[in-house]
Amino acid sequence: MKRSRVPDACALRYCAVGEIAAALEPRLRNADAETLRRWLREQARSSAKAAPARWQDAWIEREIPAGAKVLDLGCGGGELLSRLMREKKVRGQGVEIDPAAVMRCVALDVPVLQSDLDDGLQGFADGRFDFVILEETVQTLRHPLRVLNEMLRVGRHGIVSFPNFGYWRVRLALALEGRMPVTERLPYRWHDTPNIHLFTLRDLLDWADEAGVRIVRGYSLVEGEVRPLSAEDNLRAEEALLVLARRRGARKERQGAAARRAGDRRREDGGR
Amino acid sequence: MKRASQKKYDPPESPRSVGWTKSQTVRLIPPGAPWRLESGGVLRAVEVEYETYGELNRARNNAVLVLHALSGDAHVAGWDAEAEARGRRWRLRKPGWWDEVVGPGKALDTRRFFVICSNVLGGCYGTTGPRSINPETGRRYGLSFPRVTVGDWVRLQARLLDHLGIERLHGVVGGSLGGQQAIEWAMAFPDRVERCIVLAASPRLSAQGLAFNAVGRFAIMNDPKFAGGDYEDGQGPNAGLAAARMLAHITYLSEKGMHHKFGRRLRNGRRADFGFGVEFEVESYLEYQGRTFVERFDADAYLYITRAMDYYDCAESWGGGDLARACRRVRAKILVVSFSSDWLYPPAHCKEFALQLCRAGKPVSYVEVPSTLGHDAFLVETEAVGGLISSFFAPGASEVSA
Repeated sequence: MKRSRVPDACALRYCAVGEIAAALEPRLRNADAETLRRWLREQARSSAKAAPARWQDAWIEREIPAGAKVLDLGCGGGELLSRLMREKKVRGQGVEIDPAAVMRCVALDVPVLQSDLDDGLQGFADGRFDFVILEETVQTLRHPLRVLNEMLRVGRHGIVSFPNFGYWRVRLALALEGRMPVTERLPYRWHDTPNIHLFTLRDLLDWADEAGVRIVRGYSLVEGEVRPLSAEDNLRAEEALLVLARRRGARKERQGAAARRAGDRRREDGGR
Repeated sequence: MKRASQKKYDPPESPRSVGWTKSQTVRLIPPGAPWRLESGGVLRAVEVEYETYGELNRARNNAVLVLHALSGDAHVAGWDAEAEARGRRWRLRKPGWWDEVVGPGKALDTRRFFVICSNVLGGCYGTTGPRSINPETGRRYGLSFPRVTVGDWVRLQARLLDHLGIERLHGVVGGSLGGQQAIEWAMAFPDRVERCIVLAASPRLSAQGLAFNAVGRFAIMNDPKFAGGDYEDGQGPNAGLAAARMLAHITYLSEKGMHHKFGRRLRNGRRADFGFGVEFEVESYLEYQGRTFVERFDADAYLYITRAMDYYDCAESWGGGDLARACRRVRAKILVVSFSSDWLYPPAHCKEFALQLCRAGKPVSYVEVPSTLGHDAFLVETEAVGGLISSFFAPGASEVSA
């Protein structure tokens, strides 16, 4: 390819930015470079409205009924479980890898197993928990899909919250800066981040679709406010929180798979 | 010499020490009411020596039972006021074995808890054992003493609690063989234990652990002075017992820990003298461990206690071989603590036990303390262990919950 045919870097930038801007504000579709530049300057001055600290906790608490059996994967210092145990009388169990956080759990009287989620959850029996929580944890795992699948094996419901890498400010930062974005929700640089598997809301929904997982409910954090998940949130949501369950039949499908492994030869794939 | 003696102990007059202590002895199995052991053996009279610190409260719900390990004893904290009188001179040099953890204002706070520890059956510290006089023959039991088990120990401890008027324990805590007693407590008396801490122990000893115990006993029993276990006090198989201790001591350390502590250094920085005496520092250390052990321990007791350790398997005792079934008995909250470099009770085994409890639907905590000190870490890493003990036995006491 000849050098002269490579589009001007500036044009490329505005092409990506133009798409994002238009998706957010239809009036910007086909706007000229000057309008876009002005819009960008405005955006750069504003920053996302701050969300309440650990906003997910409040929504997770709403989802979990009193007396439920709850497993919190990556439970940190056990604050959420402690509150759930106190206020909702849930039977809580945490798993956490960081020894200092584990000590804090013990001090809060939260049962906690010091363990690496990436080693799997073989220790837990099928369906032992009503809810399994993965709060701001999936993106830190080496084997995120293995853990997500395990979550829905040991729990009837999964609750997953995560930073959405499809969020428009993240996209703009990447498009304009050409560097890994550093935002309030993603405060690390590329080399010191625990977030080794960043993904977008759409990525997760795609996985759910393929894996026979149903989105029972979803919430997104948009401009500091939590609202029910909607179609354009892959661009708008800074973070998302999803309640997941196996699709009806999907469990059978899995059992079928187990039966196949046991020697019963049936048709290859159940019903994707 | 660089010995443990460099450690600073709280003197008896320190406000953080339980001070001068006196053990107590009680006859728990009176003659005329024979007691059958798990091995099928029968004892007609059993005395138990124990110590307590702190006060039992009015509600009688602040008792914590400490369970000692293989070579431990009931002298957990403070300074033995009768060390000289009772010929336990080694206790003049240092306080009880867990003095750093147990005392007023310490992790296991004796201002808050009534702490109890008793010597195990078959040992050599005052509780009836192979060196006791058999009332039927008027002579020492020696190897005619019935074989004892961890289950027997715990049932005897339960009788001690009956004697002290304690129905339910706030907690049990022990490390190594003491940790196995803690497990046994949670399974044998699920309604009598509120909280249980298992340090550096798993539901059973590995084949490797069995092997080390076997070599230790071999050294004792093949010492010509063993005399079938019927030796005079002080005239026993000291060489064999020292060898057993030296070997066991290796299993309490780790490769890395030994390297840090001794490396290949020669004693006093001397040159090699091409002899077979004690030359390397590590040799000197082990030799010291062996020598001081024979001053304070008995060879017959060593056989009985290591055998109890070998036999212990709570899955067998309480689950017909199925650990999951045994775990379902538990009602206590359990904290299992392992130490990263422990190869006698490796972290993986401790964690598996915690997972079994979890599978049985029990609230359980599992912590792996990073340490290069091997199995010994449960005694030496007092800061980490103390922190866990205080927060698990008194949650919320040190911190306002968020």
